[in-house]
Formats: sequence, structure tokens, C-alpha cells
Amino acid sequence: MIVIDNVGKTYQTRQGRRTILDGVNLRLEKGRNIGILGRNGAGKSTLIRILSGAEHPTSGRIYRGMSVSWPLAFGGAFQPHLTGLDNLKFVCRIYGVDYREKVAFVEDFTELGVYFREPVSHYSMGMSTRLAFALSMAVEFDCFLIDETMAVGDSRFHERCHNELFVKRKDRAFILVSHDANEIRRHCQAACVLHHGKIHSFDTIDEAYAFYETATV
Amino acid sequence: MRHAAESNARSSLASSLAVQWRVIRALLMREVITRYGRENLGVLWLIAEPALFTLGVSALWTAGGLNHGSSLPIVAFAVTGYSSVLMWRNTASRCNSALLQNFNLLYHRNVQVIDVFFTRIILELAGTTASFTLLSAFFISIGVVEPPIDMLEVVGGWLMLAWFGASLGMVLGAATAYSELVDRIWHPTSYLLFPLSGAAFMVDWLPQRAQDIVLLLPMVHGVEIVREGFFGDAVRTHHDAGYMALCCLGLTLVGLLLVRDAGRRVEPP
Repeated sequence: MIVIDNVGKTYQTRQGRRTILDGVNLRLEKGRNIGILGRNGAGKSTLIRILSGAEHPTSGRIYRGMSVSWPLAFGGAFQPHLTGLDNLKFVCRIYGVDYREKVAFVEDFTELGVYFREPVSHYSMGMSTRLAFALSMAVEFDCFLIDETMAVGDSRFHERCHNELFVKRKDRAFILVSHDANEIRRHCQAACVLHHGKIHSFDTIDEAYAFYETATV
Repeated sequence: MRHAAESNARSSLASSLAVQWRVIRALLMREVITRYGRENLGVLWLIAEPALFTLGVSALWTAGGLNHGSSLPIVAFAVTGYSSVLMWRNTASRCNSALLQNFNLLYHRNVQVIDVFFTRIILELAGTTASFTLLSAFFISIGVVEPPIDMLEVVGGWLMLAWFGASLGMVLGAATAYSELVDRIWHPTSYLLFPLSGAAFMVDWLPQRAQDIVLLLPMVHGVEIVREGFFGDAVRTHHDAGYMALCCLGLTLVGLLLVRDAGRRVEPP
């Protein structure tokens, strides 16, 4: 289980302290999933960063009773000097996974060909995206954090991501944040809305959606 | 807080240490390739970079005929002095930029702020130590430098300098999470500290008042110890290992406290 317990986050800005998250509560059981709807700037990415552990909350706490992924398909930790293979090795070492067992999968999924052994700085946008997603799948987690990643790439890539994540790993928990209600409707069992730093929970996705469409505009 | 992907139980100290070691090893390998690449010398640059600096300074000082008013062999003087500077200056500078350059690594739950610092400290200390050892060995083998009189004392002084570099690095690195000013102030400060650090003089050459002042700087004691080990009775040295240890201990404690809090403060660049 993951519990977000009264989490607050403020940032120091030129105009004084700005509250991004204000007493957020959320709870996710193993194997369940939830979508978080929010407009641009609602604090979705901040919440994801806090969940992944990259940042700490200003107040409140997070209990992680299961392993939590880094934000899915997050490519920001790539080193441009490292090859795709180097980056795979690095991620595997960090999580204690034998990279040799993952090479075939990543090579196959990314379709990088010879570029798999070339520095990431030579990659196109699409190649980086494919590598980032494949690395996210190389380590098995109980809970995946998804930050609107499904929006990038072509439809074929879309479909393969969908297959890896929502078909092959449908027993896992995930938290999907997006501003796109349709996406959340398609993938999630429950939804809530992040608005003005607060989480609004609803019994059904439709209610969340209705609130999102009317109250947050 | 740490956990392995394969287990979700609350981890014990032993398994936390295992994760930490794994993470630091992975970071070390990544950092080495990132910084030095695979072309030409590759990892050897870790040693070659400080070695080139030291060689250059030795050459300049020799060419300039600066015998510092004493009969000390100038190459040995330069090697001990400049290597000592690199020990604290590079470590601190590398830690200073560590958080900014590595923030994205913190998205991996297992990677903590302190791992990022440890990695840079280990690499810098290892590189400087290797270059100091190799350069000394090289100059000794061609007869330019006499072997140290007291090897153990050289090692002791060197370890003290390493401790100073590591603790200073932690303090400055973590402090960058509090204010960007730290980075800006550190650069001029490090340049100002260089001539005061004992790299280019022996404390004994200074007037009494000046001696009292430079001996407030912890690294001066380290350099003096290393040189006493190298030159033995040929030089008169002034040092207080206890004072230096106390300074390092203080810096270490402050560093650990700051690092703990830096994890809570750090924001995406």
C-alpha cells in the first residue's frame, strides 16, 4: 500500500512562498490504480516527483509499502555520453537487476539497432523516448508512476507501450497523472482531481470528470 | 527508506548498506565514463588530469628558478604542494556542482543525495591519490626526487588532507541546496585560499604573525605533515594534527547534517 498522508509542498519564489500541494491525501492498495486529473500547473508533476522520492514534501509524509518506479519513460537521467546499453547497465545496477537478462528485451523493444551501442546524444527524440520506456520496463516494480507519457510517440509505439504496461503488467498498481480525462477513463479504475493544491476524490470516474470539466476551468 | 526492487519489506541496516554500495558503484562507473569517455586515455584521465597540472606547475616553478630561499628540491616541493591543493580544491568543486548536475538521478528511489556526494568524493580522492603516487614514484625512479624519509608520515598527512577534502566537499555540496551563492562565493574563495594553503611556501619561512594566521587553515597542517614525511630534518615544519582533526571532525558533522537536510530542500534545477 502507498499512503500519501497530508502532504504539502511549498516553493520559495520571488513573490514569496507558493503553495503547490496543500494537505494532499491519497491511498493506493497493491494491484489497484488511480488517475489524477489536473490542469497545467496544478501540481501533478510535483506530486509525481515527491512520490518517486526525487523531492521531499515540505510537510506530511509518504508511506511506501511497495516498490515504486521512477516516473515512467522519464529520460532525464540519461547521460548523453553514455550509450543506450550503458544506461541500461546503470539502471540495472542501481536496482540490483542482472542487465544481461534485459538486453534482448530492450534491444527488441527500442528497435535501436546499432544505435543501442552509440551515445544517447546521437539519438533522435523518438529513439530516446523508446529507450526511456524500455528501461522503465527492465526493472519490475509493484507500482508505476506515469506522467502523461502515453501522449508521445507514434501510434505503433503507443500500442506497444500499452501492451507492455496495461496488458503484461495489469496486476501492478499505477498512478497516472494527466490533463486528458479520456486517457484516465481508458486506463484507470478510479480518478481524482488535483486542483489548487488539493485532491478531490470521487466515487466514480464520471463524477471526477464532471468536476474537472466544470470546477477547474 | 531505501529498498531494492525485489523486496518491499522495510529494510534492515545491512540491506540498506548493500543497496548503498550497489548504488555508489553504479554511480562511480557512470561518472567515470561520463567525465572521461572511452576515447584515448579514458579512465586514465582520472590520474592524468591532476598529473598534468602538477607537472606544469613543477615546470613553471623550476623554470622560474624560484628556490624559495631554501635548498629544497623544487620538484618534490611542487609535487607535494600542488597535489595537496588538488585534494581539497577539486573535491570541493566537484561536490559543489554535484546536485545541479545530478538532480535527475534522484528520481530513482535508491539514489540519495549523499550517494551523489560520496561518488564524487571517492573519485576525486582516488584520482588525486593515484596521480600523487605515480608522479612521486616516477620522479623518484628517475632520481629527481629523493624517496620520502618517513613514508608513514606522508601517508598520515595525506589521509588527513583527504578527510579535509571529503568533509569540505560535503559541506559545500550540500550548502548549494540552500543557496546558489555558495557556488559563486566558493570559486573566488578557492583562488584566494590557494596561496594561503601552504602549497607554495613552508610555514617556517613566514614571520611569526603570519605563521599564526595561516596555521588557522586546516589544510596547511596537512601539507606540512606530508612535507615533514618527505624531507625529514631538512625542513622545520609547524603542524598540529589534533587541531586539523578537530576542524575536519567539525566539518564532517556539519556536512552530514547539511546533507541530511539537503535531501529535503533540493529542487529541480
